[in-house]
Amino acid sequence: MNDIIVLADVYKIYEMEEVKVAALNGISLTMKKGEFVAIMGASGSGKSTLMHILGCLDSPTRGKYYLEGVEVSRFSKNELAEIRNKKLGFVFQSFNLLSRTTVVENIELPLIYSKRISKNDLERIYQIMRTLGLEGLQKHYPNQLSGGQQQRVAIARAVVNNPTLLLADEPTGNLDSATSKDVMSVLTDLNHNLGITIVLVTHETDIAQYARRVIVLKDGKVLSDTPSQASSAPVSQAQASL
Amino acid sequence: MSALLKIALRAIMRNKLRSSLTILGIVIGVGAVIVMVSIGQGAKAFVEKQLESLGTNVLIIIPVSITHAASRGTTGTITLTAEDAVAMGKECSAVNYVSPGVRTTTQVVYGNMNWTTGVSGAGQDYQIIRNWPLEAGRFITQQDVNIMAKVCVLGQTVVTNLFGTLDPVDKWVRVHNVPFRVIGVLSAKGQSPTGQDQDDMVLMPYTTVQRKIMGVTYIGYVLASTTTAETRFEAIDQITSLLRQRHRLKPGEENDFTVISQVEFASTVLETSRTMAILLGSIALVSLFVGGIGIMNIMLVSTTERTREIGIRMAVGAKGKDILFQFLIESTVLSSLGGVIGIMFGIFMSKLVSYYGGWPSLLSPLSIAVAFLFSNMVGIFFGYYPARKASGLNPIEALRYE
Repeated sequence: MNDIIVLADVYKIYEMEEVKVAALNGISLTMKKGEFVAIMGASGSGKSTLMHILGCLDSPTRGKYYLEGVEVSRFSKNELAEIRNKKLGFVFQSFNLLSRTTVVENIELPLIYSKRISKNDLERIYQIMRTLGLEGLQKHYPNQLSGGQQQRVAIARAVVNNPTLLLADEPTGNLDSATSKDVMSVLTDLNHNLGITIVLVTHETDIAQYARRVIVLKDGKVLSDTPSQASSAPVSQAQASL
Repeated sequence: MSALLKIALRAIMRNKLRSSLTILGIVIGVGAVIVMVSIGQGAKAFVEKQLESLGTNVLIIIPVSITHAASRGTTGTITLTAEDAVAMGKECSAVNYVSPGVRTTTQVVYGNMNWTTGVSGAGQDYQIIRNWPLEAGRFITQQDVNIMAKVCVLGQTVVTNLFGTLDPVDKWVRVHNVPFRVIGVLSAKGQSPTGQDQDDMVLMPYTTVQRKIMGVTYIGYVLASTTTAETRFEAIDQITSLLRQRHRLKPGEENDFTVISQVEFASTVLETSRTMAILLGSIALVSLFVGGIGIMNIMLVSTTERTREIGIRMAVGAKGKDILFQFLIESTVLSSLGGVIGIMFGIFMSKLVSYYGGWPSLLSPLSIAVAFLFSNMVGIFFGYYPARKASGLNPIEALRYE
């Protein structure tokens, strides 16, 4: 049971004023545990839609989606929320942190929807913050942080619930190249050291090079699915065990 | 749940001015509920006190038809005589005591002290009817009435103002330059429920007041007590037919007198207070409604403003019901905060109303509980729609919202 993601002939069709638009046009994919996959494509290629379906934010119109062997494509809204809470982590282009909410409270956000926050959880949050170089920022607010720090807080929030899959949607889109490198090495470390499966959506080729497999979409279909050229992506040495 | 409460409180604190303006309507509404209930309760207590003070079995007969008092002018005042009162005592089986009464206001002098007070004429049964014990001396007797004795019984307020700490019994006071011997002192009765000082009074035999002070032959009123509270209707009927007969009123002709029962008077007071309570109740209802709409309005704005926040929460696993509860708790906290402030405002207002308006009010835990419950219900009721709307958002669209 190594295939944590199986998409079988997935369609997503939007109906707008009697015009049917197929954002995904029959996609079949398999991803193994521990993979680091980049999804590329021009705008309108369906990569955002694929990301939403992989992230359980949306359900396919047709086809099946198995996450860790469970078919989630027919799950109800509440069941999807539960999956997002327990098995998925999101990193967005625009960070999407809660403003006027401290760093710690942002990171613990997924936990408050599944349980009571215990001392152990806080310990774990501090541990993650140390690993991501965020120590000392617990009581800071997002607007007091740099873009790179904010994105690292978002990553910390994404991994706090030990997800099986981390979805990063243009995580470097709002960052300069130095900070982008920094954030990508954080993601690479997470993938390398913790074996978290990462799906990265990007349109930048050099960012996609961090992944070990690149899937290119076009018109809602898989155009190519190849190992990355530079599959020996820079991996900074392991810091900690989360 | 406690995490959701924390989130809601933080959202409220973030916008202090907006939150406080939002709850203003609830504050006024709940305040009005408090005032309303306390006035209702106060009126009830007032009436009970009134009945206790005057007795449920006391009837007052006045020589005017209440319905036509104005058009008749004062002509009616001469129609009631002491003989009528005596006849009532003798012939009406449901009446056990009567005391003719006449009243004027005049100055009473003792030494170099003087005091303007009400001088009331009374019969020997006055004390029994009013159930009013003496503190010292004796009361007016039938003998005093018969001989128009120049004696008087003083109320406590008069004693205090004329005699200070001296014992007034057997002292002489002067009214219209005529000396009267003080034969007794009434015990303190305090304020009447209408706020009059019942102790500010001098009692004399009614014959004495009629002849020596006022120079009249009629009487102003008759106090009568019935055997029990239940026989008062029987007594009213008996008195009415007796007086009609004595005053030679033809069938169809109106009564030239009115029999007032304390119970009926009390029910008038209750009626008035009920009207007032209904008035306040409608203010409360309207402002609670307006306040509720205010909360709904603000919550709608707030859910739109925070669409992205809702999207983020949903992305990390918040279910529709988590979002629903978050906003529902927020609106309920707002309205119950308004409730708490409204309760304090209401307590203050009812004190003010009873202090300046002379209207009795009584704060009860019941009114506070009712008001608090009301404010909570408003929050839940008006917060539900915005919360429902927020919880139904599509996470993808919410995340995209700028």
